[in-house]
Amino acid sequence: MTTYSAYSKTGSKILYKDKKRWFWLLSSIFPLQAIAGIYGHHITGNQLWLLLPLIFIYILAPLLDFILEEDTNNPPEEVTLLLNSDSYYRILTYIAVPMHFIGLIAAAWWISTNQLDWWGYLSLSIVAGNISGLGINTGHELGHKKGKFEKNLAKLVLAVPFYGHFTIDHNQGHHREVATPMDGSSSRMGESFYAFVCREIPAAITRSFGTENIRLQRRKQDFLCFDNQILQSYVISTILQGSIIVIFGLKIIPFLFIHNIFAWLQLSSANYIEHYGLLRQKDELDHYERCKPHHSWNSNHVFSNLVLFHLQRHSDHHTHPTRRYQSLRNYDDLPSLPNGYLGCYLIAYIPWLWFYIMDKRLLKLSHINGDLRKINIHPAKKLTLMNKYQQT
Amino acid sequence: MNKLTAKHQCPECLYIYDAKIGDEYEGYDPGTLFEDLPNDFSCPDCSVRFKIDFIELSSI
Repeated sequence: MTTYSAYSKTGSKILYKDKKRWFWLLSSIFPLQAIAGIYGHHITGNQLWLLLPLIFIYILAPLLDFILEEDTNNPPEEVTLLLNSDSYYRILTYIAVPMHFIGLIAAAWWISTNQLDWWGYLSLSIVAGNISGLGINTGHELGHKKGKFEKNLAKLVLAVPFYGHFTIDHNQGHHREVATPMDGSSSRMGESFYAFVCREIPAAITRSFGTENIRLQRRKQDFLCFDNQILQSYVISTILQGSIIVIFGLKIIPFLFIHNIFAWLQLSSANYIEHYGLLRQKDELDHYERCKPHHSWNSNHVFSNLVLFHLQRHSDHHTHPTRRYQSLRNYDDLPSLPNGYLGCYLIAYIPWLWFYIMDKRLLKLSHINGDLRKINIHPAKKLTLMNKYQQT
Repeated sequence: MNKLTAKHQCPECLYIYDAKIGDEYEGYDPGTLFEDLPNDFSCPDCSVRFKIDFIELSSI
């Protein structure tokens, strides 16, 4: 195993081995789980096998997160540069990109070549969508990097679920406005997952189009041009999904539709839980304070971090957006989720349960201390919550 | 310092805006002074630092 060595400010030698080094491979191969389900169906003839990935995602992963001890370790700051420059870690993100194309095409092929019951068709469509949602996560890691190569790979993987506007909306919209009422991708206290989805998905499209249009205007170009970063990804999506329709026939159209919707819902699920109710405060000049670690919900749960390129170290990600996944850090006294993301999605899909668990956690945070004025509240629920917590 | 040779750096991700070069991708022509960038300018790489946060680099 690679040992990184560096010297501390006091001159003492620091040696560091990343115990998770080989486990990060899980993030690269996790997208292949649709194929595991297809293989199970192939050898047994039982369509229930197609649901296998949903068992991985929503039962096995939350269970492992519950059982395994949370990992709060950080690599020493002195070796961060070495860790970032180790190409092994970035190659894993590159490998994940074709996996998403393989997953989508394999699912489309299986659906078109087998007489599945309606629920088998629906199951495989949802599974494929969930896995392409993981592809948005891969696109997220790549889209934050400075190099053109990684930015282009992000466009490619985001093309799988037709979500090519994500990088621009996320980097230049969400990161600027996170944990404020202006942000379409920050959920508010009292806002259900379903209300959030209806607000977030259209807001992401309009904000990204507006942002890209302003850049193109500065370059004296029309919105409809080859340099439009969003349209470049949409063109790849059109070629990919158009080819799938041409090759596998019209009966694949509902599959693609369900796949795209469920991929987008995966992203919305992540966005819903990442900043629920958290609010940046304004200074005396009416400017929002910088995004700090306590403006994101963090999770140090081991298994889900290993399959999501450390996305759940979200507090550090928002504090240092270009930091690579292997170097993301934990901090003391962070807003902490009760399980990894995959388990928390299940809670989020049951609004009363989510409110019951998370509203208490939110109010207990040390920087909020029960003060609703320090919370991003859903306007429609403001009065109800004020009355409930007896504040004026 | 000559404003045209001035360089400004993002303190978060170390992106450098060089007025002599501008930033082609962002649509800032060569010779666009840092002072002439829009008031809502944010770092093109990390987006979390703004014009007011950028640090002027001293000439070498």
